[in-house]
Amino acid sequence: MKLSALHQSYLNRRRSPLDSSVDASSKSFLAVFWLVLHCLCCLISLLLGFRFSRLVFFFLVSTPSSSNLYSPPFRPDLPPPRIDLTPSNATTAEAKTSSSRVVVGRHGILIRPWPHPDPVEVMKAHRIIERVQREQKAVFGAGAKGSRTVIAVTPTYVRTFQALHLNGVMHSLMLVPYDVVWIVVEAGGVSNETASIVGKSGVRVIHVGFDQRMPNTWEDRGKVEVLMRLRALRVVKEEKLDGVVMFADDSNMHSMEFFDEIQNVKWFGAVSVGILAHSGNAEEMVMSMDKRREMEEEESSSLSSLPVQGPACNATDKLIGWHVFNTLPYAGKSAVYIDDVAAVLPQKLEWCGFVLNSRILWDEAESKPEWVKEFGLLNENEGVESPLSLLNDPSMVEPLGSCGRQVLLWWLRVEARADSKFPPGWVIDPPLEITVAAKRTPWPDVPPEPPTKKKDQMSLSQGNNNVVVIPKHQQQQQQRSSKVRKPKRRSKRNKHEAKPTDTATQVSSSTKHHQERN
Amino acid sequence: MKLRSWVLIFIACNLLTFSTISAFRLSRSQPTERISGSAGDVLDDNPVGRLKVFVYELPSKYNKKILQKDPRCLTHMFAAEIYMQRFLLSSPVRTLNPEEADWFYVPVYTTCDLTPNGLPLPFKSPRMMRSAIQLIASNWPYWNRTEGADHFFVVPHDFGACFHYQEEKAIGRGILPLLQRATLVQTFGQRNHVCLKQGSITVPPYAPPQKMQSHLIPGKTPRSIFVYFRGLFYDVGNDPEGGYYARGARAAVWENFKDNPLFDISTEHPTTYYEDMQRAIFCLCPLGWAPWSPRLVEAVIFGCIPVIIADDIVLPFADAIPWEDIGVFVDEKDVPYLDTILTSIPPEVILRKQRLLANPSMKQAMLFPQPAQPGDAFHQVLNGLARKLPHDRSVYLRPGEKLLNWTAGPVADLKPW
Repeated sequence: MKLSALHQSYLNRRRSPLDSSVDASSKSFLAVFWLVLHCLCCLISLLLGFRFSRLVFFFLVSTPSSSNLYSPPFRPDLPPPRIDLTPSNATTAEAKTSSSRVVVGRHGILIRPWPHPDPVEVMKAHRIIERVQREQKAVFGAGAKGSRTVIAVTPTYVRTFQALHLNGVMHSLMLVPYDVVWIVVEAGGVSNETASIVGKSGVRVIHVGFDQRMPNTWEDRGKVEVLMRLRALRVVKEEKLDGVVMFADDSNMHSMEFFDEIQNVKWFGAVSVGILAHSGNAEEMVMSMDKRREMEEEESSSLSSLPVQGPACNATDKLIGWHVFNTLPYAGKSAVYIDDVAAVLPQKLEWCGFVLNSRILWDEAESKPEWVKEFGLLNENEGVESPLSLLNDPSMVEPLGSCGRQVLLWWLRVEARADSKFPPGWVIDPPLEITVAAKRTPWPDVPPEPPTKKKDQMSLSQGNNNVVVIPKHQQQQQQRSSKVRKPKRRSKRNKHEAKPTDTATQVSSSTKHHQERN
Repeated sequence: MKLRSWVLIFIACNLLTFSTISAFRLSRSQPTERISGSAGDVLDDNPVGRLKVFVYELPSKYNKKILQKDPRCLTHMFAAEIYMQRFLLSSPVRTLNPEEADWFYVPVYTTCDLTPNGLPLPFKSPRMMRSAIQLIASNWPYWNRTEGADHFFVVPHDFGACFHYQEEKAIGRGILPLLQRATLVQTFGQRNHVCLKQGSITVPPYAPPQKMQSHLIPGKTPRSIFVYFRGLFYDVGNDPEGGYYARGARAAVWENFKDNPLFDISTEHPTTYYEDMQRAIFCLCPLGWAPWSPRLVEAVIFGCIPVIIADDIVLPFADAIPWEDIGVFVDEKDVPYLDTILTSIPPEVILRKQRLLANPSMKQAMLFPQPAQPGDAFHQVLNGLARKLPHDRSVYLRPGEKLLNWTAGPVADLKPW
């Protein structure tokens, strides 16, 4: 190697500096020359970033036909060389065959001046992705099998949580890629609140009033809901709506795959529903979950901890029965009144787990299978429990969602207290009067109202204002607390809201007796 | 003669019906576009009856014993040579009478000498090939009749019959002199390259069909990845200074697009590689040490538009498959502007490419399924061979004429194997 020879010569020179023979002069000249060359090479290597002695060998030794060198290559520890796109030092060596523009050997790594994403191009790419996905959906998804209208039946009534639940269902239906007809049946007659919520949906809504008021117990509520659904089905029959009827109870949660799956139904289908039966008491629920887990481990059953209601199939995917909700763990502990703190249990078979072809409900018996009862002759007073009463032969039900293995929607019942108040339309107008400033707000402090010396408690609601009663000692506590809390409190004592603070409970407990109804 | 052709047709029909045992279920119910024109219809040609192939009976040290020594050869990307022999042995195009054969096949597994890592070493391959040719030249008269012009060999290694993995050395060696007149079936293809002979048939590298089929996902899964690539950008083991591997193209891809959210590129080996490809619109197929890559096969099977970054590459079955309509070709010098190039393709063109890719005959042509199915890569090879028939008059040598130089090539190659 040249360098080792160089090194050796350097050492020789060092060893015998005073060796001044005649040929040593020429030798020393050679040595100096090599030394200078060596230093020069070192400097060049430092600049280039690699030891280029191999390149020198390449040029001198190897056949010139096969190598072609571009500007400096990559070194992992140095920042990558930013090479502009004008190729430099391109020596056009030729391969043995006719002119090929591909050359073998080391090439530079081309990096453009600013190698970062360009937002315009990112947007263009997203538009391409969107177009491709639309095409995919057209080919595989919605349009492929012929999209049928989804007829959603929702029984509802005006209460505190109506806006919460109904908005959820509404948004799900707005996202459905098919045509939707939404039949909203309202207990207590058509009201403005409901109309204002469903009017924002953008889908076709049939808003029907039902003359009964919604009762206060879950059992009775279930019965009234059945009647309301039957009322809606009668609307389907009269209007001769064509499509797939599904029951979208307003507190349920639907997945988008559910709507894709129900397009496959021929006459009468069933899906698996996940039951979120819970009690308001978190501890109790944890305990019951643990207990259930213990029971499961004892039985070594393969049930998941989420109870599921739906069709049961055998190994050949034929319907053999139903999974129903096991009410035993909740015996005696289930909620009776709508605002009870206990677990809310579903029926044996919930309506929401069934879908039907709307032609079943039509009058003329055209191509209606004979195992379907005539809907017009159904007597509601006989007690219709589940949609299976619409059939003569319940074994003809089609299990959907890979034979019930997919849980496509979830059943949940959550309600506020029966006497809870909420501003109509959830708009607070006019604004509340009393304001209490909290400490450490980013806005300048408003000096707190001087407490009235007469009583401990401030006087209450005049007119339509809903005001929270804050006893004096609570006020001080509030000032001490560091949370920025809006002092306008709802008087809902609903346990389902976020973790109640101690102040709230104290407010609620102490003002329980003093709260006036509006 | 007529009876025999009828019998052959009868056998062929049975073979076709019975070959649905392990049917490869491709994308169902997607509207596909037929590759129209003379090129595309060629994919569905049936070679049975159009040519006859005679398979030499070589001693098992050239094929079976090598395979027994290392069964990994059955699954690596050069396994085409093994499956080709198996296919031909049981195919209706095989004839036991060499006098009526149009093509002669020499089953020698030159790519089955694997390192512990699984990479094939080509150092003994020239000698093995030479020894096999000497054997057939001395035992049968058909080699000398044409000096190999109607023989074909499967050489799927990196640079084909140049038998080396380093490009400079491969170019230096050139194609084995004894194979100068034979037809080569190889994976390597690059225009104006020493190692690509005029008249070679380019085939795709072997990709395991069952493994890919088991990773199919429903077609309605939306394609949400714009550009996808998994693999090395720098080969620090063999090319520590960079610039050699892939002619710097892969490194350029990394340096330019490593922070681009549209490009899902990395060196990981995810278990969901096949599934991810089915969720991508474009799949990069850049060159590595050699221009071809199994990514092309995977992209075609999974419906991802291949973006081919390899200058002057010759793609498999280029005379039967219109690659320009199906894939996107990017010059290596344009790699820094890859995002501009890809986003400026009109969406209609992209959708058309996807429809072409969805064509089942397209996907079938890229595979080597066992047992063979109509339209697969084996049949495309036979179609290619059939298209070269009838042989030119010049193929047959006058008696005593010798064109091949049996002593050409490096001295080390002349040693017996």
